[in-house]
Amino acid sequence: MQFWIIQGLNSLSLGGLLFLLSSGFSLIFGLMRLANLTHGAFFMLGTYFGAIALRDYSGLNLWVTAIGAGIIVAALGGLFERLVLTRLKTNPLGQVLVTLGMAFIISDACLVLWGGDSIPVPTPHNLQAPTRLFGFVFPTYRLVLVAIAIATAIGLYILIDRTRLGAMIRAGVDDRQMARAVGIPVSRLFTIVFCLGAGIAGAAGVLGGPILSAYPGLDADMLPLALIVVILGGIGSLFGAFIGSFIIGFIYTFGTVLFPELAYIILFLPMIFVIAFRPQGLFGRLGT
Amino acid sequence: MKWIALALFAAVALLLPFVAGDFYVNLASQIFIAAIFALSLNLLVGFGGMTSLGHASYLGVAAYLSALMTTRYGFGHGAAALISILGTVAMAAFFGLIALRATGLGFLMITLALSQVLWGLAYRMSGITNGDNGIAGLTRPAPFGISLESPAAFYWFSLLAAIIAFVMMTIFVSSAFGSSLKGVRDQPRRMAALGFNPWMIRWITFVYAGFWGGIAGLLYVYYNKYIHPTSLSTTSSAEALLGVIAGGSGTLAGPAVGATLVLLLKNYASAYVERWNMLLGLVFLFIVLVMPTGIVPGLQKLASRLWRRPS
Repeated sequence: MQFWIIQGLNSLSLGGLLFLLSSGFSLIFGLMRLANLTHGAFFMLGTYFGAIALRDYSGLNLWVTAIGAGIIVAALGGLFERLVLTRLKTNPLGQVLVTLGMAFIISDACLVLWGGDSIPVPTPHNLQAPTRLFGFVFPTYRLVLVAIAIATAIGLYILIDRTRLGAMIRAGVDDRQMARAVGIPVSRLFTIVFCLGAGIAGAAGVLGGPILSAYPGLDADMLPLALIVVILGGIGSLFGAFIGSFIIGFIYTFGTVLFPELAYIILFLPMIFVIAFRPQGLFGRLGT
Repeated sequence: MKWIALALFAAVALLLPFVAGDFYVNLASQIFIAAIFALSLNLLVGFGGMTSLGHASYLGVAAYLSALMTTRYGFGHGAAALISILGTVAMAAFFGLIALRATGLGFLMITLALSQVLWGLAYRMSGITNGDNGIAGLTRPAPFGISLESPAAFYWFSLLAAIIAFVMMTIFVSSAFGSSLKGVRDQPRRMAALGFNPWMIRWITFVYAGFWGGIAGLLYVYYNKYIHPTSLSTTSSAEALLGVIAGGSGTLAGPAVGATLVLLLKNYASAYVERWNMLLGLVFLFIVLVMPTGIVPGLQKLASRLWRRPS
């Protein structure tokens, strides 16, 4: 029983982390019809920023670092979008290829700058003590991570569903031409959404740091998880990304514990299942 | 003009092992392997309009199967090659069923996810694949008793394979089936209305491309006598895709030229810098931004622009 509850919590925290990673991917895909393959690299960049900042400056705490890394990665993402992606508006395949090229550049740059050894990210002091709940002992940080993911989900929901900016983004998702025609600055929206998505990924990288730590190849480990989450949940659907993240969180955690060698195969079974019966994903509205 | 180029190529290809050193002969063998691989990917990207970012799966799986069959399970090379190719084709048939549920970006993401899963498996299932250590100590086959250990012998072997692959793939795309494939790429609805089955046409092409990817994988493992999970990585898929796009996708010889350039760049650059991935990324940005239609058409466009400017 202890085993199932602890692993269940690990699944929830991984699911929360995956949501932070894939929500940005899903937002960007929904509005821009762009499979942003740099997303894993943005996440890794965040983790490295966090690991280095917390190692070298003892006064910082994890939350400030996460916000700072989010802002830096968002700015880098914005630059990339403005300088490169906008030039390729009419060439969707080209856009995907440059995001892939950018992912290679970032991951290799991290290797040059910070070397091949993994760098741990410390858990905040006040969260190191475990929490006791119903007679079980939980690592507090993982509980907080789940709470952050849920808060982010609510925040994004409010942003998309309840604000003027969100209304413009939804209009852009549903009919880009028409949105332009009624005066919505769609190309500025692209930049905002790309920054937002990149920023969430960067902050998520720091928050995931205490669990994953920063190491070369982190991007290549995270990107397929994000892809599987959004393919499963439905590309462009925030709710789909939320549900998909927790499904994959559970499958990956229990798969790794119960069948360590086969975890990767178990991971893509639900994806095959969903694609076979509902190619647009569980909650997808867009045709892929 | 075309015939002169062909004769020139034939003359160089035939004379090379007699005039060049082992380094260049080996380099040429690698080029033939990369060219077969790029040509097979081009069937999907150029002629089928299906941009796959997981083509390394077929190269890697065929190579791993051959390595495992010969070292771990004690098969001879003939049987091992047959099993590897059959296994790779079966996998392509299965992957095609999944990936072709989607088109465009969805297809790209699914192929990428599938290949990343295989890459992860090669790393994690270290009980079978040796994980990060790779499988070393492999041998080359000796078809009809002819040893392929010397660079020149392997050169002739891979040249023969490349010629067969080129001819077979040319026949494939110039056949009636090839025309229907191009039709499905450009006008899937119209083709469906005409009574063709776009899905089946794409799937057959997908499996055929997987088959040639597998052949490239066999040659790859014979050449290197070693296999490592990186051959299944996104980098490996991306190199081939870069070759296809750089050379000009949808042309017959373009991808072979592109693959040659990527391989030369990789060999030349790695002698000076360690940062191949970064260079690959930069070349990607450059090609897509400056020469999106490929190097040959891109150079022509650039030249005509330079000519026009002074006037």
